[in-house]
Amino acid sequence: MLEIRNLHARIAEDGTEIIRGLNLTVNAGEVAAIMGPNGSGKSTLSYILAGREDYEVTEGDILYNGESILEMDPSERAASGIFLAFQYPMEIPGVATMEFLKVALNEQRKARGEEPLKISEFIARVKDAAGSLNMDMGMLKRPLNVGFSGGEKKRAEILQMKLLQPKLCVLDETDSGLDIDALKIVAEGVNSLRSPDRAFLVITHYQRLLEHIVPDTVHVLYKGQVIKSGDKSLALELEANGYAGVIGEAA
Amino acid sequence: MNVHATPQLTPAETALIEAFGERLGALPGDSEVMVRRDSAIEAIKAGLPTRRVESWHYTDLRRLLSKVPEFDATSSATALDPLLGDSGVVTLVNGAISGKPVLGNGVSFTPLAERLADGSFAASLETYGGDDAIGAINAAFVADGIALDVAEGTELEKAVELQNLQAGGQSHVRMVVNVGSGSRAVIVERQSGEGAGLASSVSQLQVGDGAEVTWLIVQEQPETAQHLAQFKAVIGKDAKLTLFIMNAGGKLVRQEVLVRVAGEGSDFQLRGVNLLAGDSHTDVTMVLDHAVPHTGSVEVVRNVVTGKAHGVFQGRINVHQYAQKTDARMACNTLLLSDDGEFSTKPELEIFADDVACGHGATVTEIHGDHLFYLMSRGVTEKTARGLLVKAFVAEVIEELEDEQIVEALEARLDAWFATHG
Repeated sequence: MLEIRNLHARIAEDGTEIIRGLNLTVNAGEVAAIMGPNGSGKSTLSYILAGREDYEVTEGDILYNGESILEMDPSERAASGIFLAFQYPMEIPGVATMEFLKVALNEQRKARGEEPLKISEFIARVKDAAGSLNMDMGMLKRPLNVGFSGGEKKRAEILQMKLLQPKLCVLDETDSGLDIDALKIVAEGVNSLRSPDRAFLVITHYQRLLEHIVPDTVHVLYKGQVIKSGDKSLALELEANGYAGVIGEAA
Repeated sequence: MNVHATPQLTPAETALIEAFGERLGALPGDSEVMVRRDSAIEAIKAGLPTRRVESWHYTDLRRLLSKVPEFDATSSATALDPLLGDSGVVTLVNGAISGKPVLGNGVSFTPLAERLADGSFAASLETYGGDDAIGAINAAFVADGIALDVAEGTELEKAVELQNLQAGGQSHVRMVVNVGSGSRAVIVERQSGEGAGLASSVSQLQVGDGAEVTWLIVQEQPETAQHLAQFKAVIGKDAKLTLFIMNAGGKLVRQEVLVRVAGEGSDFQLRGVNLLAGDSHTDVTMVLDHAVPHTGSVEVVRNVVTGKAHGVFQGRINVHQYAQKTDARMACNTLLLSDDGEFSTKPELEIFADDVACGHGATVTEIHGDHLFYLMSRGVTEKTARGLLVKAFVAEVIEELEDEQIVEALEARLDAWFATHG
């Protein structure tokens, strides 16, 4: 589903290279965890996948279902099924959450040549998703993410994911700022979306999240490269021994 | 009008003076009214204000008022559907009352022409001083308008909409509203038209003790119009005035707001939205006087600037010496969407009392890149995402009005503007 080939990328503004020859393959149905110390390029990778303009790809390619996405803008990538759950979701005053959800859903449908959703059907889907995440519908009447607690913002991200039904879900440090109860709810939300035709890239600092969202593969990112890949036992090893050992091996 | 000797009249000044000579015989008024008209035209003869006059610094009227069209009584304008569905409507077309309005109980209506003719309105034609070009032009030419009285203790169920429509030519009107003690009223002022024209419009509001008034100005003149407007209000004791202004049209627009918070315990709220496009020039200039203790005011103005438009907000708050415990806040935020657009902000606080809380802030920003990315990452196309963010920026101010019917109606006007300028 996702194939990243020898990717090099830098910050557009100052030319600092962050991703330095990254290779990664994620298959449909797979949950791949990306781990790594601070500054290894984890969040940058998520932004590049979503198409953020602040980064420039200088070499290599990102293939999604066999086709390069580098020329696609963020909305085109989203409509094709790529979703990024933000580490720090934006607060956007003045944009009502429900209105935003409706516009996003219908613009994606339009891009795929589908009819807009009926209002009643739309509301039913939102209620269903909100219920499963223990979210109050009243919250969704507020401006997008404004005044939401850290946990509420993360839940709102998963709510969007459930509504938009993407095929490649990138979760950037979804566990940060969550207490254990919220973490469980969010993890259940993610797990409920696992399916043979959907893949997840779970970016995290800690093993904790991976107890609830059990990965098929674990990849260690360091200085913009995947330096080691393995199964879920690799995450446990990292938890026990830290990154130093793996980094030493690779060097 | 300004202190400098003006060597030569501009074509616009000449046209105004000549038009006055031609119109004189047809203008209503007793001898006192006519004396005031004469002194108003004398002020115009001294020259329209230039940038050397401080309050006109960003709007050089002498240079910008390029063309004064002739009066054209034959043209007609189509009445608008009221902003708030069930309002009682009073319509002015090309400066004169059109039709007979049907208004609710407790509201009495008089055509202003009658009050000019019998002289009872003479004192109200007084200008506020040497810089009052709008007041002077209007006092010289005003032939008709609307005089409304809302009786004491009246709770108006339906809003009253004052429509001022022009179809080219010139029009000069006044809308005079007196809201009695303890009454509640929603007044909508629509400024609209078809074709190029020069309009002056002066609104005068008296908010009685304990009364609560919401006044909405929706200005949607055609992009060729020159629109000179003034809103003057005096707020009584324990009274509240909420003024909303939307400028969404016109080539040259100056909207002056002159409010006197004159009764203890009273409150003034101003929310403004300026949507600027093309090569238009739009100026909102406010002078707010807190004259007594224990009063409050909040002014929030949001501007969207596109094309080569130039916008101006001047906000001056005078806190008088005895006006202790005044709480006054003012903010002006601008979203600049083009490299050729421009916005000038001048907030001023003049405080003579020593126990007050006053503040002001001004910002000029572009669309937030992070916000745009967030919306696009959910599949919203760039064009739609930008539209959502720009609308959100101004809708925030509208939503503060809280009344659902009003908020929806104003957002519909926003949508109408974005549909043609988005």
